[in-house]
Amino acid sequence: MLYRETGQFKTTYAADQQIFPIRQDRIAIGLLLAVAFLGVPLVADQYWLSAILIPFLIFALATLGLNILTGYAGQLSLGSAAFMAVGAFGAYNFILRLDMPIIPAFLLGGLCAATVGILFGLPSLRIKGFYLAVATLAAQFFVVWGLTKFGWFSNYSSSGVITAQDMEIFGFPIDSPVSKYLLTLTIVSLLALMAKNMVRSNTGRSWMAVRDMDVAAEVIGIPLMKTKLLAFAVSSFYCGVAGALAAYCYLGTVEPDYFTLDLSFKILFMVIVGGVGSILGSFFGAAFIILLPIFLNIVLHPLFGLFGIDISTAIVSNMELMIFGGLIIFFLAVEPHGLARLWQIGKEKLRIWPFPH
Amino acid sequence: MSARKIGEVILDLQNISLRFGGVKALTDISFNVREHEVRAIIGPNGAGKSSMLNVINGVYHPQEGTIIFRGEKRHEMEANAAAKAGFARTFQNIALFKGMSVLDNLMTGRNLKLKTNFLQQAIWWGPARREELENRQKVEEVIDFLEIEHIRKTPVGRLPYGLQKRVELGRALAAEPQILLLDEPMAGMNVEEKQDMCRFILDVNDQFGTTIVLIEHDMGVVMDISDRVVVLDYGKKIGDGTPDEVKNNPEVISAYLGTQH
Repeated sequence: MLYRETGQFKTTYAADQQIFPIRQDRIAIGLLLAVAFLGVPLVADQYWLSAILIPFLIFALATLGLNILTGYAGQLSLGSAAFMAVGAFGAYNFILRLDMPIIPAFLLGGLCAATVGILFGLPSLRIKGFYLAVATLAAQFFVVWGLTKFGWFSNYSSSGVITAQDMEIFGFPIDSPVSKYLLTLTIVSLLALMAKNMVRSNTGRSWMAVRDMDVAAEVIGIPLMKTKLLAFAVSSFYCGVAGALAAYCYLGTVEPDYFTLDLSFKILFMVIVGGVGSILGSFFGAAFIILLPIFLNIVLHPLFGLFGIDISTAIVSNMELMIFGGLIIFFLAVEPHGLARLWQIGKEKLRIWPFPH
Repeated sequence: MSARKIGEVILDLQNISLRFGGVKALTDISFNVREHEVRAIIGPNGAGKSSMLNVINGVYHPQEGTIIFRGEKRHEMEANAAAKAGFARTFQNIALFKGMSVLDNLMTGRNLKLKTNFLQQAIWWGPARREELENRQKVEEVIDFLEIEHIRKTPVGRLPYGLQKRVELGRALAAEPQILLLDEPMAGMNVEEKQDMCRFILDVNDQFGTTIVLIEHDMGVVMDISDRVVVLDYGKKIGDGTPDEVKNNPEVISAYLGTQH
């Protein structure tokens, strides 16, 4: 079956406004979801699930969160890790103190992050661009400091480390890698769908309007303050839920120092490499940054063995970093709009293949 | 000629003065706009025309003066309140949302008509979807009216200048405004594009009864399409009346052509 739209006529606006207007895309995404929900749990081993797929999904969610704020609403932020921390410690405390089921606790953790996000988003009403990024740095330092300084947040554990409680949903225990993977996948899929719905309706258009030309946005009746703060709230909510998932489904034990500026930068890189202002790009970016080092690790050793060169592990890990850095620069030079744009160009070329135009 | 009837005064500007620090952009300007009319503001560069529009829809706040819109008296407009009251405008330098498609730009123009909140929109099925489709229908009417069907999915950044101007008019029209403020809608266009734009402006005025306030430098166009003209020079009003009256006003002639001393 070729990738063609021929014969697929839209006769209603509803048909024209689907997320995937092309039939082949709908089939592809259906297959992908089937593989992710049914195939992967059957074949993937514990290493793949716990060390690769779960972190990939979690970081894709955090990247999605930052992409909403930076890519769609145009507000630069360096506080993503802080909002993740709020989500993680929020969920921990809701479960610990109120004995809540995990899903509401995750959502409330996300809401805590949203509140903190709104608070640190307030400067965006006056400042833009790099200056705003510096203002969000305050969130980064303040949150990590606060969580370390006030023992209450970590239930007075001596080192500030929290240990995720046992999870269950309706009596069904979430303790194996497969069940954790399925939980993460479900939450991430639903939130990604909701993000897509938001960005294709008035909320998203208002964000992009503020990003592209804020004076014009205001003149046509978009309230700047509400729109920017909503972007901060939704973005931080996504980061917060990602943080809670990171604590409960990925790491198990986590301390405030895990959520450093380094992590914020990592998420920002995922946004840039994946594609600024693209939902799909968030997944590409997370995959690239998380999978590539692992891939290099797997590939490099046998590669040198092939040529009979014996090198130390230290050199290989340094080479990994260098190749990784080189590839990031290469991809950005080839396509500054990220992998999502490359993907889009590829699809457009495929539509008219074998003709060039 | 058109069947439209010029009605009562709906917008009355009284003694507007606007200063930026020591620079007097507008000094004691009064004029009014009647319902359904095409009102032009003309004047040499730097006369304060754009500032005047910015005062009308609340981008600038005048230090002195009163704005009466439909009997409601206020000292200044707020941009958001102006949009809600039924003002829409285009800008001298195109102010479209460059990263979005033509369709999305026009849909953004209708943002005040969309009432669902972000949670309903996140869920999509139900009220948000219904609302989205209803408004898509309205936007398609504007697309049809402006003859831009072929570019509806194109990102506006890729369009040529003349079409961008037309899309910007479309975004303003999508809001179904009562008063349309056009800041140099024909600047930088060739003759054909100007003719198209004139036709669209007159059609809007004629079919929807929209009141139009426009700034334009092309005197031929202004004299042809406007009902009344107000002339500004150095932030002061030097003439006001029908195109013929203005054309023969000695002060206007001296501002445009200079006088012999």
